[in-house]
Amino acid sequence: MNDIRHHISDDLLMGYAAGALPQAFDLVVATHVSLSDDARARLAGFESLGGAVISHMDEAEIEEDSLERTLEKIAGMAPAPKPQPSDGIFPAPLRDMVGGDEDAVRWRSVGMGAKQAVLHEDKDASVRLLFIPAGQAMPTHSHRGTEVTLVLKGAYHDEEDRFGRGDIEIADQDLHHTPVAEEGEDCICLVATDARLRFDGLLPRIAQPFLRI
Amino acid sequence: MLLSNDHADQMADAIPDALRAGVDTRQPLTRVDTVTAVDKTEAQWVTRVRAIAENQDQKAFAEVFRHFAPRVKAFLIKSGADESLAEECMQDVMATLWHKAHMYDPARASVATWIFTIARNRKIDLLRRYARPEPEELDWGPQAEPDQADVIALQEDSSRLADAIKKLPEKQRSLIERAYFGDLTHSEIAAETGLPLGTIKSRIRLALDRLRHAMS
Repeated sequence: MNDIRHHISDDLLMGYAAGALPQAFDLVVATHVSLSDDARARLAGFESLGGAVISHMDEAEIEEDSLERTLEKIAGMAPAPKPQPSDGIFPAPLRDMVGGDEDAVRWRSVGMGAKQAVLHEDKDASVRLLFIPAGQAMPTHSHRGTEVTLVLKGAYHDEEDRFGRGDIEIADQDLHHTPVAEEGEDCICLVATDARLRFDGLLPRIAQPFLRI
Repeated sequence: MLLSNDHADQMADAIPDALRAGVDTRQPLTRVDTVTAVDKTEAQWVTRVRAIAENQDQKAFAEVFRHFAPRVKAFLIKSGADESLAEECMQDVMATLWHKAHMYDPARASVATWIFTIARNRKIDLLRRYARPEPEELDWGPQAEPDQADVIALQEDSSRLADAIKKLPEKQRSLIERAYFGDLTHSEIAAETGLPLGTIKSRIRLALDRLRHAMS
């Protein structure tokens, strides 16, 4: 937990605290925060701002029987289930999204031994797991928007630096990078993009960058 | 560029005021008068939530409800819920508070902050229709009662933060509020004000830095 060298940006943390991020990014932030106490403390700071905003709200009028109805709701509700911390490589929010750990992922081959699994996609953003065999390059790609990569297993290098478990790399549209998985261990990353990657869409276009390697 | 420099100047002008505001609360005399009074309130909310967790104390719950329910509802209306959805959602939030009271950690959040996170999550459930992924809970274990000094310090910080946000220049405060109502992304804020995105981002960042500084 302490060797994370590449941290998440304040913008993403505040967006997450405010509930203003696309769902795909929520997953990456929640997963990263699970791995980083630094990010957790910073997130809590941004959430305190939300608490201050709530404290300063003018009071809205509530229904006369509001409290009674809430007490009825309480009586009818099941107790909150005890949250289960993860014992695999996927922290709880990712494990819950996938429905298990690494072995529960429904991978699709994208060639050269690399695999991906799209976890969620909507009009704003998408998030996927990417599996790159040790020593191999990830598809070279550029993006139209922001791409946030979180390493879950293994490590990779690109033109910028080395990224290991828990590290975050934020790439904007100016960065054309070619991440290469480190020798010795396969690399699994969680990747959110807020616009379609250029290699996205048709299978040949996904496979193409791999074939060029 | 002229535009952004202009705004940067305005921000720079605004800093000393808020800083002074932050520093004032830490002057020994003022501190006794104001901060302690506010902290007492924060501490009372902590005590009441604990009473809900440990004794299913309905009276304590009613007090928390009276104070926070109208504010939570107002927050939800500001976030885009209509009156009836806001009422419904607010009741859900307060009922969740009851059931999760045992998970509240007063060393990591004020009661207001904790309630904000519940309200935000429920709002996303209802308005955006997905279960928001939440970070893994930290399991402190059954023995790990939060350190009293940590609790007091955190609750004091929260009071000071709330004070500092109140004393921000109107423009900056409203920017933060709008961000937390959650209906504006950073780029939407820029689109609405016609300001360059970078200026908005640094404005928010500056406001936050200042608040942090006021708290340090």
